[in-house]
Amino acid sequence: MSDIKTSVRNFIVETFLFGQDDGLTEEASFLANGFVDSTGVIELVAHLEKTYQIKIKDEDLLPQNLDSINAIAAYLQRRGVSA
Amino acid sequence: MSTFTRDSLNIDAAGETARIVQALRRQLSQDLKRRGLVIGLSGGIDSTVTAALAVRALGKDKVFGILMPERHSEAESSSLGQKVADSLGITCIEENITGILESLRFYQRYDDAIREVIPTFGRGWISKLVIGSISSGQQYTTFSIVAQAPNGTIIRERLSLNAYLGIVAATNFKQRTRKMLEYYHADRLNYAVAGTPNRLEYDQGFFVKNGDGSADVKPIAHLYKTQVYVLAAHLGVPVEIRERPPTTDTYSMPQGQDEFYFALPHGQMDLCLYGKNHNIPADAVAAAAGLDAATVKRVWEDIDRKRTTTRYLHLSPLLVEKVNEVSTTPNIS
Repeated sequence: MSDIKTSVRNFIVETFLFGQDDGLTEEASFLANGFVDSTGVIELVAHLEKTYQIKIKDEDLLPQNLDSINAIAAYLQRRGVSA
Repeated sequence: MSTFTRDSLNIDAAGETARIVQALRRQLSQDLKRRGLVIGLSGGIDSTVTAALAVRALGKDKVFGILMPERHSEAESSSLGQKVADSLGITCIEENITGILESLRFYQRYDDAIREVIPTFGRGWISKLVIGSISSGQQYTTFSIVAQAPNGTIIRERLSLNAYLGIVAATNFKQRTRKMLEYYHADRLNYAVAGTPNRLEYDQGFFVKNGDGSADVKPIAHLYKTQVYVLAAHLGVPVEIRERPPTTDTYSMPQGQDEFYFALPHGQMDLCLYGKNHNIPADAVAAAAGLDAATVKRVWEDIDRKRTTTRYLHLSPLLVEKVNEVSTTPNIS
């Protein structure tokens, strides 16, 4: 689980924050913090699908699955992705 | 407090017309020092009302209309645009932009982008970009391509990032090509260029930077679309234009603006935006718009997201340090 969180965190920091962590916490909402917009969600989904070899369905594109490092890690775990 | 209804958006059409006319005269003579206005005519309500206001402000001899169809345009757009020009008595020319778009390899680039998700897409197919529906409860905006094969089969595929960006980047050639031609004619006539966004489009960033977003004046950017229709009736805009459903006229398949960008049809979007801007409770907006309060709240969240996402479209180039000698804003009274 911690490996998944680290990997997701690295992707978020590199892709949306130009490498500057700025104290991003695992529960911080990407939407509320304003650094993941609609295009960002597509990038995030593409990254998760490629990295973890899964297909994320339209009905799963919800903030409760994708809006924080913790939410993503929990979603991936429910999808059977192992750390 | 009085009840919030669709009538809450009503305006004094004569008074508003006079205010815009006065502003246009001042802007052209004092701020811009140009002798008239160029307007791209799409046959839609916004460009028509803008042209009619320009004629009231400057006179029909000082307004120059341009029709700019291309291969994917609806034939109706040019015929209605010409009808507008005829009814206003303004000079109007057609600049078909298909050749320019071919030179830019627009059609090839667009098809290539779609083939990333629909490999069989090609000659004889038509297509459009659509977004997920707020009213269906979706909280993230997702983008899909809807394509129709020559045999009538319709395919819908969610877009990958590369395909989405490729489609949008290629399609933006259309708006930028049109704006380039508007400025060509404005330069040779010593005119300014009018932009035609209504408030919904302006607020929500429904325009292409350096494309249809580029203009010297935007006379109806403060008006909700519902109010633009009120002005249209006051200004005697032909009924075919007032009754034409809003269309992007950008993709080869017929496409409403609410399929492509806005969460709801413009009447409901206007009510949601007005309610949000005036701190009207969600249940009152819901009652006026025929929605439930939860949907209104999701639309408000979407409005905020679009404001954030598209803010850069409104910005002038960002400088590291202000150059005090250069003012980028006129005195707006």
